[in-house]
Amino acid sequence: MNETEPVTAAPAPPEAPAPRPERTGRQRAAELLQRQGVLAVLLAVVIAASFVYPTFASLDNARGVTIQASFLAVVALGMTMVIITGGIDLSVGSVFALGGVLAAWASQHGFLAALLLPLLVCGGIGLLNGLLIARGNMAPFIVTLATLLGARGLLLALTDEGATTRLVPEDSAFGELGQGSVWGFGHPVLIALVLFGAGGLVLQRTSFGQTLFAVGGSSDAATLMGLPVARTKILVYTLSGLLAGLAGALNAARLSSGVTIVGVGMELDAISAVVIGGTLLVGGAGSISGTLWGVLLLAVIQNLINQIGSLNSSYQSVVSGGFLIVVVVAQRYLARSRTST
Amino acid sequence: MAPPEAIPQAPEAAGRTASAVLEARSVSKRFPGVVALDDVTFSLRAGETHALVGENGAGKSTLIKVLTGVYRPDGGELRMTGEPVRFARPAEAQHAGISTIYQEVNLVPLMSVARNIFLGREPRNRFGLIDFARMHRETGELLDGFGVRVDPRRPLHTLGVGTQQMVALARAVSVNAQVVIMDEPTSSLEPREVETLFRVIGRLRGQGIAVLYVSHRMDELYRICDRVTVLRDGRHIHTGALADLDRMQLVSMMLGRDLSDVRRSGVTSFAAEGHEAARAPVLTATGLSSRLQLHGISVSLYAGEVLGLGGLLGSGRSETAKALSGALPLDAGELTVDGTTLKRLTPAAAIRAGISLLPEDRKAEGIVPGLSVRENIVLAAMPRLSRAGVVSRAKQDRIVDIFMERLRIKASSPEQKVGELSGGNQQKVLLARWLCLEPKVLLLDEPTRGIDVGAKAEVQSLIDDLAREGLAVLLISSDIEELIEGADRIVVLRGGAVAGELSGDDVAEDRLLEVLADHAPEPADRAPATQEDPR
Amino acid sequence: MTRTAVAPPTKGDTPRKSAGPLARLRDPAWYQTYGVYMAVAVVLLFNALFTDHFMTADNFRTQLVQVAPIVIVALGMALVIGTEGVDLSVGSTMALAAAFLPLYLGYGLVPALVVALLAGAVVGAVNGALVSLVGLQPIVATLALFVGGRGLALVMADGQLKQIVNPDLLSLGTGSVLGIPLVVWIAGVLAAAVAFLVQRTTFGRQVVAVGGNRSAAALAGLPVKRILIGVYVICGVLAALAGILATARLTASDPSSLGTLMELSAITAVVVGGTPLDGGSVRVLGTVAGALLMQLLRATLVKHDLPDSTAQIAQAAIIIAAVYVARERRSR
Repeated sequence: MNETEPVTAAPAPPEAPAPRPERTGRQRAAELLQRQGVLAVLLAVVIAASFVYPTFASLDNARGVTIQASFLAVVALGMTMVIITGGIDLSVGSVFALGGVLAAWASQHGFLAALLLPLLVCGGIGLLNGLLIARGNMAPFIVTLATLLGARGLLLALTDEGATTRLVPEDSAFGELGQGSVWGFGHPVLIALVLFGAGGLVLQRTSFGQTLFAVGGSSDAATLMGLPVARTKILVYTLSGLLAGLAGALNAARLSSGVTIVGVGMELDAISAVVIGGTLLVGGAGSISGTLWGVLLLAVIQNLINQIGSLNSSYQSVVSGGFLIVVVVAQRYLARSRTST
Repeated sequence: MAPPEAIPQAPEAAGRTASAVLEARSVSKRFPGVVALDDVTFSLRAGETHALVGENGAGKSTLIKVLTGVYRPDGGELRMTGEPVRFARPAEAQHAGISTIYQEVNLVPLMSVARNIFLGREPRNRFGLIDFARMHRETGELLDGFGVRVDPRRPLHTLGVGTQQMVALARAVSVNAQVVIMDEPTSSLEPREVETLFRVIGRLRGQGIAVLYVSHRMDELYRICDRVTVLRDGRHIHTGALADLDRMQLVSMMLGRDLSDVRRSGVTSFAAEGHEAARAPVLTATGLSSRLQLHGISVSLYAGEVLGLGGLLGSGRSETAKALSGALPLDAGELTVDGTTLKRLTPAAAIRAGISLLPEDRKAEGIVPGLSVRENIVLAAMPRLSRAGVVSRAKQDRIVDIFMERLRIKASSPEQKVGELSGGNQQKVLLARWLCLEPKVLLLDEPTRGIDVGAKAEVQSLIDDLAREGLAVLLISSDIEELIEGADRIVVLRGGAVAGELSGDDVAEDRLLEVLADHAPEPADRAPATQEDPR
Repeated sequence: MTRTAVAPPTKGDTPRKSAGPLARLRDPAWYQTYGVYMAVAVVLLFNALFTDHFMTADNFRTQLVQVAPIVIVALGMALVIGTEGVDLSVGSTMALAAAFLPLYLGYGLVPALVVALLAGAVVGAVNGALVSLVGLQPIVATLALFVGGRGLALVMADGQLKQIVNPDLLSLGTGSVLGIPLVVWIAGVLAAAVAFLVQRTTFGRQVVAVGGNRSAAALAGLPVKRILIGVYVICGVLAALAGILATARLTASDPSSLGTLMELSAITAVVVGGTPLDGGSVRVLGTVAGALLMQLLRATLVKHDLPDSTAQIAQAAIIIAAVYVARERRSR
């Protein structure tokens, strides 16, 4: 999904030089499908499921699905921006878990501590990623792979090798943050929505956002154009760490405890959501809204499989995997017909 | 061609020595094993258009990279309006008022025209967010001033190279620069766009902005530049008014060769006599077409002949070479070698038929930097030098020794990593790769680009020898002299189609420029790809 | 993995002269190639001096048996990484092979092995096709198989653990020849085979060329698509083999947990062993050493009663160090 240019029909200029002919109808359709395709699929699945499984279409179920999805959504938000710059952050799962553990531990010291400590530490880990990648000139894949291991190790060290699970004090404001709701929709859902709104604004309407696209589109051109490439990269990985830490803290608030085994493989879920949502893994193009639909789609599929009940829950993996392939292959062909001139 | 417009002279520049707006004083730059710049002093005056010339490897692009903050000088200093300045990165040079447009468009392809132009300095509304309406409007106004009509929202990559270059120019100019450096700016422009460029340069001059103009196109230099600086082998050779130098003097300074020598034997190392071409063509291509890139190209190559392929950047020369070697997917067209039509058009099939291509970009498509000289040379021939899938070192060594000697490839040993060699030697390694296949047809795309003078001469005489030995050679070169002196016959491309052919006495610079500039109106049934060069 | 337009020119004909022997220690390129062997030596030395019962045949046997499956998977991973790719699905492929085994053991050991290995080959072929024919990024393509493969394995096994009672298969896991466990022999032979493949065969050299510069390889007439599919198939088969051996040793087929995080271990071994992530070179011996290093590190920490967390952090630090010495140097 490319948010770098809105879909408008350019008026054909009256005089020479005539630009190349407007994209053909087929190319425009392909473009539209690539951008909003995920949303279309999501709506189709939701509508179809509502008819076949009445229990699916209930408000209660919607609340359940969205709260489940909200944590991955926040993580995927950061991942989207990182991927737009052409990078990747494999450490978010471990950072998510670390955030939860830190939040639970700090919650005994109050609401502010419970939020600030995870943000500080997880943001710091993101900063470390960013520094190694931007200034150390090392590949994002391997740096964040190492941070994945290191952060999980740190988490184990802080919890007696995973044995200790700290609890969030009952009736605390922090616990309320994770467990409370507005119109039945949990606070984390609303927080996620606000963050996505802000993220979309930042991506589309700020210089920082433009720089993200530029760095992903052509890092060399961005440097030659005088853009602060290194600083931007450092910022985006720090942001990714912050968001993962925040999501982890919210999760701990909801579960009322700092569970240590969460987040394993979460980075891959986030990447799946981002890719399904239309962001190109090579960087340079993508959208926040696409990621939101991607996250929801994955959550809906999981929910459906649970609803169906008779199906082995392992089928969820198979369906997700197959889905990912279908979506990515479709995007590939759409992208080809769109950019071929 | 329309008669050149009068370029308005800035009042300050005429008759009075204007102050230097940008100076390099005793600047040196070294890289491992290479002295790229050696004690170069040079100054740029406000409002002047200053030519920077030199052969490939003379140090022009290194000097530009030092001036624009991409490199830091190892010795000497830079000054702007008398004050010493130091640039740690390109952003600092830009803030100081130095803007650059490069030969390859250095913008972000996936982003729109407007976003590219305003990248880093987007107009904001009162909330601090980007004001797209204003951005698009100002982009439209800016481009109108350039005579370019494009929707500001279009992604850059959907435009032709020439238009992209105009966008890059618009960006460079709009950043309120004091100095605009232009590195081979016209190599991808249509003549009409070149006129636009010169008009813009005139306007810049009137505003007191200095232009550093790097090009090897003599006509342009003599038309719009006031002074010229000549570099050779990293050293400063001469700075002075262009009016005081005639073309031949300038060229002999660039080459470091005696004037009478240049007059006599030409500028390149190609032999003055041509070659004997065979009667029947060894390779015939008919109707090669590829969506929006090539339109019905038909061309024949004869053994013993060097066929030049001329045209502006974006005219389809490299695409034609790729098509002839099976590397470009085609919608239509046929390739016949020695009477046999090729059924499948893939690089492997072309190689089997005896066609070899030396691609334009040796870094991206030629050398495998981590492998040794030996492995790079035998890359294409490996299946022939193996037994049952196992590599035969002995066979490889034999071939490698032969070619390293013949082409005078300088390396510490055949096992040296090819990425460590100089550009000229890398190019020779690539030539060896194709020659060891004993091809019938050799397609050369810019074979002497970016290599030092010595290697260039060797490659040029090698091409001569190969043609004399009976190879059919296709030569693509943006160096007009190289094309004129090297080719026996020239086919000129424009917009992906054949625009004309020159042979015999017509193979001369003025005739070539005529054909290049000739704008025949487009027949209605042809795809509209001439006004905007196809990608 | 982007080539920079701001790289310095390589002009000039002076080839690099060789400096004195100690100068090598200051050359980062040397560390990239040989650093891992030095590290293994250091760890062994440390253990010889400070760890009880470390330098015993028994301990070595244990360590080698534990590292053998990782080596086998890492060999395949090294080939894939050599083409500038990555295979995240190896763990799931192990589980898939483990799931197939009990279903076909009824027909005999050989048929069951063939089916399991074939499953690995099919996964590899799908990965390879997605990467080379469809043009997907390797991360994405193998990610899909990572997710789907384990799911498929679980579906086939009904999520259950199955005991292995076939004596032939069990002996594969526990048998020894000349005092060295069978699995170690297998890993060793495979390492030698892959090394031969990479160094001395046309296919192997072409793999390296494809990773070094894919466009150049294509223009030189190399069958790039076939080569890509080939490396993923090899990786899939090796992963399946590792799954079979692990199952034999565990005496049970456990698709839900077999091979979890194996891709991380394999990638770590390859990277620490000096094979660059952006392709163009495959260090087989280095990969083996990389796997050994990580194994010995873990074992050292365990024997000194240091917790898992320390092991993980140490692993992370080693990976960073390995990549640090390998990074492209830019001169300004």
